[in-house]
Amino acid sequence: MIEAHGLVKRYGSTMAVNDLSFPIRPGMVTGFLGPNGAGKTTTMRMILGLDAPTQGSVTVGGRGYRDLPAPMREVGALLDAKALHGGRRARDHLLCLAHSNGIPRSRVEEVLRIVGLEGVARRRVKGFSLGMGQRLGIASALLGDPAVLIFDEPVNGLDPDGIHWVRTLLRALAAEGRTVLVSSHLMSEMALTADHLLVIGKGRLIADTSVEEFVRSSSQQSVHVRSPQAAELAARLREAGAAVQAGTGPDVIEITGMDSAEAGKLAAAHGITLFELIPVRASLEEAFMELTRDSVEYQATGATR
Amino acid sequence: MTDAATALAGPDHQAALRAATFGDVLRSEWTKLRSVGSTFWALTVTVVLGIALGAVISAATAHGYARSSVSAKLSWDPTNMSLSGMVIAQLAIAVLGVLCVSSEYSSGMIRTSLIAVPKRGRVLAAKSLVFAVVTFVVGEVTSFVAFFVGQALISGHAPHAALGDPGVARAVVGAGLYLTALAVLSVAVGTLLRHPAAAIACLVAVLLVLPGIAQARPDSWQNPVNEFWPTQAGGQIASVYHSAHTLQPWPGFGVMCLFVAIVYAIAWTLLDRRDA
Repeated sequence: MIEAHGLVKRYGSTMAVNDLSFPIRPGMVTGFLGPNGAGKTTTMRMILGLDAPTQGSVTVGGRGYRDLPAPMREVGALLDAKALHGGRRARDHLLCLAHSNGIPRSRVEEVLRIVGLEGVARRRVKGFSLGMGQRLGIASALLGDPAVLIFDEPVNGLDPDGIHWVRTLLRALAAEGRTVLVSSHLMSEMALTADHLLVIGKGRLIADTSVEEFVRSSSQQSVHVRSPQAAELAARLREAGAAVQAGTGPDVIEITGMDSAEAGKLAAAHGITLFELIPVRASLEEAFMELTRDSVEYQATGATR
Repeated sequence: MTDAATALAGPDHQAALRAATFGDVLRSEWTKLRSVGSTFWALTVTVVLGIALGAVISAATAHGYARSSVSAKLSWDPTNMSLSGMVIAQLAIAVLGVLCVSSEYSSGMIRTSLIAVPKRGRVLAAKSLVFAVVTFVVGEVTSFVAFFVGQALISGHAPHAALGDPGVARAVVGAGLYLTALAVLSVAVGTLLRHPAAAIACLVAVLLVLPGIAQARPDSWQNPVNEFWPTQAGGQIASVYHSAHTLQPWPGFGVMCLFVAIVYAIAWTLLDRRDA
């Protein structure tokens, strides 16, 4: 369980995080979603005691991170897979971390096995690919067998096989009753992995909701219709209160504000022939972009000049 | 690929759950220090150059002793001569001390370290203690070997020293102590400045450049620098003969230790307060 209360982080005149309050519950994967620069990493750094909040507080299991007696046994974190000394061998890197929290050496071998790096444990980590680095970072997060796990963009740089592996791992960790917080700027990735979503933009909380709820409330639904009598159907639909827009061809219209079943019945009642009647759901990615459109930090304007 | 659902939990989960101790952090820092190649090389340079340079300078000056001036003969300090290599050894220690902190900053490892040990003072204390002990051992070995090799080369050409002579044992042990104090200073400066290049440049300035500039100035500049500049004052502990305008060995070393303590306290405070 992670709880933030009125978390604020200001860097000079920039508000990186602005009044964030949220609980992150155990037993599920919580996706921490937002465009680049939204404040995800800053928030995670504050949870982990690396940055001090300008205002507010955040606790893990009821305590501030810096007050935890054995931090790695309570919280496992992967912030940046490249944040390690390149001259050190993978096993030694894990051993340094294990020693610091009194974790037995046997656990190092165990986590190497879990992430599939036992074959390269003696290699110096500067020769690791980004994907191997991510695996090593995940191994270090698992070292203390913690009840809370925090991952910042864990699938970055992984191949499809690796992405699938991380997804399965996160689901398994949550299924064991652990608290799992995963950040991403990809909605599609979160839709597959997370149960709950925390969406932020420009440092502010935009949504704290289940994935299902998010999909239902924010995906715009419309109905795509192709009919030889499109104009007549459009008039009938407008009478019935739906909004109708011209589609891609003269016989195509797009309906919003009425579902496909209602539209089909209406057409039948007036003897109108339909060639196509397709419910269209905006993708999660579009829903997410819709939601965060006003809070994207770096926006391309479309014009080149 | 391993099935992700298997064996996530360690068998020791609840049983071994105990608070992390300072001893754990010490062990971690020791593992860090010994598991990178640069440690071995820097320490090898310290020992080899410390001994070899001392031997070369001892032999050369001893051969010229007969032709040297009366004042040079009066200030003849065979102990200090055999420890001349410490000038180079101290640079190797300074660089290694800086790197054992600042390489964590340049690689980002520091964030991993501080997540593992959020009580940051412990990280600094463990790092400096481990490095100080290693330096002490290496420093004493270097200085004793350099002393015996140097005296063997000097004897027959000029008066040489024995460990039993007044002040000699103190000077030989003192050379190692000087390196140890410098080791702690380097870790503190590395913590303070975080960038390896900046920290190394700063230490080279403190150790060599500023005292060197003072030597080229009139006495009114030179004397206070020789007397009170922390590393000059601290270096007195490795000499048997003390010229005018220098502190006595232990007070001089005390000045250096006080300086190290002040820098260390600033580094400690900043490490604790700054965002990592």
